[in-house]
Formats: sequence, structure tokens, C-alpha cells
Amino acid sequence: MTHATPSLDHDGRLSAARSKILARMALGDRSFHLVTRLCAYGVFILLAGIVVSLIMGAWPAIQTFGLEFLVTRRWAPQLDEPILGALAPIYGTLLTSFIAMLIAVPFGLGVAIFLTELCPIPLRRPIRVAVELLAGIPSIIYGMWGFFVLGPFLAQYVEPGIVWAVQDIPVLNIIFGAEMISNISLFNASLVLAIMILPFITAIAVDVFSTVPPVLKESAYGIGCTTWEVVTNVVIPFTRVGLVGGVMLALGRALGETMAVTFIIGNSFKIDGSIFSPGTTISAAIASEFAESADLHRSALMYLGLLLFILTFFVLAAARLMLMRLEKRAGA
Amino acid sequence: MNEKISIRDLKFYYGNALALKGINIPLYANKVTAFIGPSGCGKSTLLRVLNRMYDLYPNQHAEGEVLFDGRNILDPGVDLNLLRARIGMVFQKPTPFPMTIYDNIAFGLKLYESLSKSELDGRVEHALKRAALWNEVKDKLNANGLSLSGGQQQRLCIARTVAIKPEVILFDEPCSALDPISTAKIEELIDELKHDYTIAIVTHNMQQAARVSEHTAFMYLGELVEFDETSKIFTAPRDSRTQDYITGRFG
Repeated sequence: MTHATPSLDHDGRLSAARSKILARMALGDRSFHLVTRLCAYGVFILLAGIVVSLIMGAWPAIQTFGLEFLVTRRWAPQLDEPILGALAPIYGTLLTSFIAMLIAVPFGLGVAIFLTELCPIPLRRPIRVAVELLAGIPSIIYGMWGFFVLGPFLAQYVEPGIVWAVQDIPVLNIIFGAEMISNISLFNASLVLAIMILPFITAIAVDVFSTVPPVLKESAYGIGCTTWEVVTNVVIPFTRVGLVGGVMLALGRALGETMAVTFIIGNSFKIDGSIFSPGTTISAAIASEFAESADLHRSALMYLGLLLFILTFFVLAAARLMLMRLEKRAGA
Repeated sequence: MNEKISIRDLKFYYGNALALKGINIPLYANKVTAFIGPSGCGKSTLLRVLNRMYDLYPNQHAEGEVLFDGRNILDPGVDLNLLRARIGMVFQKPTPFPMTIYDNIAFGLKLYESLSKSELDGRVEHALKRAALWNEVKDKLNANGLSLSGGQQQRLCIARTVAIKPEVILFDEPCSALDPISTAKIEELIDELKHDYTIAIVTHNMQQAARVSEHTAFMYLGELVEFDETSKIFTAPRDSRTQDYITGRFG
């Protein structure tokens, strides 16, 4: 057996050396297969572990408050028999995320459209880098900036004007009303959230916009479309799956964002319908109270965490459903 | 013969690279003009000048004159959207928009005309009939344009172009991605369309050029080598390079 090249012997069987190599390769293949499979299953195990421990932690609160937890407005952990309800944090979470999306989605898409369709080449890089840097700023810095800069600015120059302008208009004077304007409010938190998720939306939109084949855009320009018409009728429909994905990712981040929001939302469990009032969100409530909590209070916070988990899950599910509808309507 | 478009001493640059070196060609009204030549000779570039498509890209510019009904379309003041509505283009690969078959055609119509629903229906049907696609899609107008076969998609794109009633249609190798049957259909269509439109077609298929066009331009390395009636180009070319190309000796 001097040759390195494997060969069959006279009976047509593999030579010993060759079968050894083959066996070693098969072993390597099998173990590689096993390792990757374990990694994949590991994700499931982790997920299951987190869900189970959340439920276990939340169990006392679930037993005490049941589903009423979801609709109770009061949050009084200091009582001998604490009354705890999640309505205010849920309200605050949904409201701040909603307002943040309302601001960040059009803004982010606008930036992305400008970058991909209209921007002069020399400006492209600086703007992209600026957007990416925005994504890299740590959450706590946004919180501090929101508290010390944005909050006072809004409270001094922006919000009083709005409150005054709508004071006699029904409904609006509740939404934009305030007894006392302060640096901390739901709106303030929403605005900071919007800035925080803007880079996500922009970065994903830029990426998916650049997947549109140039010839498709050319053919739209070719029948006389303006850039606006090309973007709204060809680019956005063509990339809608990716866009919805990006928006949902941003929404997921907005729902769960903790540190910045905790700083500037005020941690108040009141619901008065005004976006200029302080409020709280699920994650802000957990962050600010967890360290000093015990027993049922702590369990209720775990329950809140479980709710956030479920909420995020439903957002993803809704996104999937929406995509399927869109596909159907487009006739694909 | 009436010159719908007159190209005069047209030079085109990609950055600093000269891609068209002073081209002079007329496009006669209601005739088909074919552009042939090896890849990279500037045929497609020439078409992209005619509807100013190159304007979408920085660092590309044209010099010279392209007179469209007597007006130079290279002038900076030309309204590009209007120009592109008057000079339609069909691309090498079918490019249906991401919407239904109906909307693919209605979309372009709605850009320039305000039509009632019934007028719109009529125009869509007419355009699809013009493109010989109506019978194949009339029962599924709400299906996505992308669900059609390649040949059907290409005819949809032609219908879309025809629907907005341009004056000139530019075909950039419209059949290169299609099977022979679809190709034959589109050639018939081009023959049909020239009664109403002025047509320019870029093709790599010599037989196609011979079949569909009245005039043929042979281009090589950014220059116009020869322009003449198609029958003359294919039977008695004056230039030896044309002779070599059409007989398949180079290119």
C-alpha cells in the first residue's frame, strides 16, 4: 500500500486505508451533524426554560389576580393585601410604541427613499454612517438626553403651545391636555423611542430597497413615472415583505425597550388619557420596582414580564398574518 | 419619408469612456428600425439615450442632438416624465410591476389621464388585445402579473407600453429571454404595431432584424458602420464589416 490514492483490491472491495479514511470522515460528518442539531435544539430548550421560569415566578400572582390583572388599573403593592393591576403598564407600552411607530416609520422610510433614490452619491455614505451611529448609541444615553435635554425643551417650548391650542376642542383636549407639564411624559418617552428605532427601520428599508432590480425601476420610469410614483407603486410593493419585517423588528424593540424609557416616563400608574402625562410601561415598571419587590409584588412583576413576552409574540404573529393577507391581495 | 426622430452627431459617455462616437441615424415614422451589432457596440446605450433613461445614473451624459418631432430631447429643460410617456420602452427581461395584471396596465393610464372605471376597463382590454394577450388573461385580470409565463409577461409589458399611447416604442432585445413561439408572437405584434407607432428594436437575432424591420443599422465599437434599408443591408452590404457580421464571421 504505497500509493496514497485509494483503490479497489482484486475482489472489488475497498482497500484498508481507504475504508479507514472513509470511516473517519463518516464519524466527522456524524458528529458535525450532531453538534449543529444540538445547537438548534438548544434554542428550543432555552426558550422553553425562559417561558417555564416566567410562568413559575408569576404563578402566585396568576393565582391571586387571575385575568383580572389585565384590566385592573390600580397598582398598590404597599397595602397589606396588595392590589396589583397591569392595565397602566400595558396601556403605556402600547401607547408609547404606537406613537413611536407613527413617527419613526414615515421618517425612516423617508430617509431610506432619499438615500436609495434621490441622494447625490457623495452624501450617501455620511448619511448612512450617521444613521448607523444613531443605532450604536447606548440606551441609557438616550434616557439621559431625553431627561436633561429633550424633556425640558418639550416642556418649555412645545407642549404648552399644543395644550393651549387644543384646550377647547373636545377629545383633543384630553389627548393633548395636561394639568401640569413636566419633563417626563408618555410623549417624551415615545419621541425618544422613535429616535431609537429609526435606525432599524432606515437600515432595513435601505437594504430591501436596494434589492429592487434596476430594470424594474427603469420600466416604471419608462412609462413616465415620477420618483414618487416609482417608489409608492413599484419599490414599496416589491419590498413589502422585508419592510414589514423591519417595521416589526422595530416594534419589538420599542415594546421591550427599558432603560431609556424608565428614565423619562415618570413611572406613574395613572391613566388619564393624555399623552403629556407621566405613565409607565411594562419593562419600565419591572426595571424600577424589581429590586425592592418581594413575594406577591415580585410575582406580579414576573406576571408583567410574561405579558410582555406574550404581547411581543402576538405582534410577530400579527405581522405574519398581515403578510399573508398582503400576498393574497396582490394575487400571488 | 418623415423622420420621427433624427439622431445627429450623438456622443455618449460613461464617466470619461466614450461609448457612442458621433452617431447619425434617422428613425422614420411608422417604420421599424433595427439595431444590430456585437455586444458592447452601443446599441442599447443608444436606445437608453432616446428616452433619457441614462439620466437616472450619475456620471453618464450625452452630447449632440436627438430631434424628436424637431425638438432636441437632450435639452436640459425637457420634461422627462412626459418624454418617457411619449417614447415607451420594452426591456430585455419582462418587468411586470408587483401588482395585478389589470393594475399593471391601469397604473400607467391613471398617471396621465383621469378615466372612469368603464373607460379604464375598456382601455385595459384594448391594450391587452393589442398585445395579443387578452384571450389568455381575461379570466384572471386580478392575478399577479408575476404569475404569467415569461412570454406572457413580456406581452403584458408591451400592452402596458402601448396602453399609454406613446408615439415611439423602443424594444431592447425583447425576445432574448423567450421561446420561439413567444418570439413569433411578439414579432407579429411589432409588425402590427408599426401602423400606429415608430419602432426601434435592438436585437442579436439577424433573422429577426431581417423579418421585422424596414431599416437596419449595424453598429460596431460605438460607431455606426452602416445604415440602410434592411433588404440592402442583408443582401448587399457596402461595408466589409457588415458583411462579416451578418454572415457570422465575427461578433
